[in-house]
Amino acid sequence: MTIGDDPRGAAAIGPADGPEGVVALAAALRRRGVAIGTGQVVTCQRAVATLGDQLADRYWAGRTTLISDPADLGVFDQVFRAMAAAAFEEGSLPALPPRQPPAEMTAASDRGGGVAGDGEEPAVAGMIAAERERLRHRRFDRASEEELAAIGATLQRLPIAVPRRRSRRTRAGRRGELDLGRTLERALTTDGELVDRAWQQRRTTPRRLVILLDISGSMAAHARASLRFAVAARRAADRDAAQRVEVFAFGTRLTRLSDHLAARDPDEAIAAAAERVVDWDGGTRIGDSLDELVRVWARRGVLRGAVAVICSDGLERGDAATLEQAVARLRRQVHRLVWVNPLAGDERYEPTQRGMAAALPYVDAFLPGHDLASLEELSQVLASLR
Amino acid sequence: MEQDRTDSSTTTRPGDVPSLIRALEEHSYLADRGLATAAHLASTLDRPLLLEGDAGVGKTELAKVLAEVRGAQLIRLQCHEGLDRSQALYAWDHPRQLLHLRALEASGERPADHEAELYSERFLLARPMLQALRAGGSAVLLVDEIDRADDEFEAFLLEVLSDFQVSIPELGTIVAQTPPTVLLTSNRTRELSDALKRRCLYHWIDHPDVERETAIVRLRAPDVPADVARRVAGVVAKLRDLGLYKPPGVAETIDWARVVAAADDGELDRDTVIDTLGVVVKDHDDLLAVRDAVDELLAS
Repeated sequence: MTIGDDPRGAAAIGPADGPEGVVALAAALRRRGVAIGTGQVVTCQRAVATLGDQLADRYWAGRTTLISDPADLGVFDQVFRAMAAAAFEEGSLPALPPRQPPAEMTAASDRGGGVAGDGEEPAVAGMIAAERERLRHRRFDRASEEELAAIGATLQRLPIAVPRRRSRRTRAGRRGELDLGRTLERALTTDGELVDRAWQQRRTTPRRLVILLDISGSMAAHARASLRFAVAARRAADRDAAQRVEVFAFGTRLTRLSDHLAARDPDEAIAAAAERVVDWDGGTRIGDSLDELVRVWARRGVLRGAVAVICSDGLERGDAATLEQAVARLRRQVHRLVWVNPLAGDERYEPTQRGMAAALPYVDAFLPGHDLASLEELSQVLASLR
Repeated sequence: MEQDRTDSSTTTRPGDVPSLIRALEEHSYLADRGLATAAHLASTLDRPLLLEGDAGVGKTELAKVLAEVRGAQLIRLQCHEGLDRSQALYAWDHPRQLLHLRALEASGERPADHEAELYSERFLLARPMLQALRAGGSAVLLVDEIDRADDEFEAFLLEVLSDFQVSIPELGTIVAQTPPTVLLTSNRTRELSDALKRRCLYHWIDHPDVERETAIVRLRAPDVPADVARRVAGVVAKLRDLGLYKPPGVAETIDWARVVAAADDGELDRDTVIDTLGVVVKDHDDLLAVRDAVDELLAS
């Protein structure tokens, strides 16, 4: 039983007692990182005034008006409980927060920070052509910090195009379907005679790009570069396309990075993600991570019609059968599946490890991703996918 | 001054939370206190209510039942990518306008003199949002799966929901006399804008617990014996903990209970589960996973 179901509850006590109570509740929630607007506080006061005096009424009035994200429900319960406990003797409140929705990543910190790339650019701008060419073929895992920074700066400016699909919206065109609205307007100028007909064509919208970064130990250097690639995709000149880039990181588990790329230094985002999903002795569990993706995120429609790019060396510590099943499922959910494997940059490489071999039949394009040149190639491949 | 009373001694005002719960139940919808409070506040505070939760927990159903309870008209706007004003709000009936134009011309009139006529009420196609504004308080507007529409539409929706009015350049401004009750549902395929979320009341609908789901089955399928309903609800609860790709919703539970009750012996044993699993688990990979776990599911 939750507080909200408890019909008992004395009048005139509880956290939402009067305007001061509501303000205090909102303030306490804000301190815990819940974003609450002033308008919501006003609505909450109106709700409290509308409902009865029972504790459960206060609880639901507060929850309905102040919380708008299921991830915050747990915090609300804790804060409300703590404030209500002051009015009740300890332990008389039934303990059971509502079951949480599928776990989403929570930020390691809400504060954005770090300076992104600005200071790095002159180094690249001043570089002579030969130096740039050398850098293009510098393997990420052999590059020095300075070189990685320079590579990162170049990557962030890489123009990235994603495949497009037809949308339901239309635009004026020279052929296509008849546009009755505009035809009518033209007819008015010619006394109702349909001399000049107007046409409309389907618009196209960019497909969603879902980038999955392996950030386990063996991929550390590559992951930083791949992440810059992802950041570049999000900053694409085409606003529509930029909005449709999702980035996930995985090690032994999966976490979503998308919301944390804009505000903070990409490297910091990776480091924070690594703390959450990389067990240093656990190795990479690609299969389990992809399984989480197709279970939790597919249901939310993130994968439908998307182009998915997996950046991983394919060194699977888990069960190859799990990996195969997850990749097969992923392939059925997305429009195209691309695998970028830094190991493939070596000419002698053959994808014979169990993991990579199991996944390969489901992959539309298999590319190396070990240096700048190969990521440029990835960009071209993405643009050419149909 | 209103004091705390028990339900039995209170003559409930029409439109308080307990009476809404009862009214919903009379229309075969079991809402818990939180959901009923949210729905109650949505109409008393004239705020849109945003409902989130897994597929099949009864988000859309609530709107339908709420309309029945209020004797209101349910107006539904199903969102999809590329949804725009002409599909959501209003459009002009171009074929009829053209016909009208031709008719004018045939009768020797100058069509340009009648331009205003072309953009009159006669030729206006009211789409769901305009219908709801006009119906006002006697309508429940369901904006279903708002997360499927794109963010331009979300901004436009917010604009309409803030003032409950809309201006049509050719006709003028249309204001809702009393705001309609507005329910939005989302499956969280993407994050909605903060502005929209702040404008709305919010409720997360969870899967019902075994007890409540049993009651729902009994209410919706009165032919199903109580023990079968309980057993089915119990197994479905376990199914939801298996981490399936598509966890069963309440509708599946009801269907399954009906099927099991209609089976030869009405028992939920291993064979019955295997034979009827397709009613409740509708994904091939999930079916395989559940078949492996049948014995655990049935162990009580």
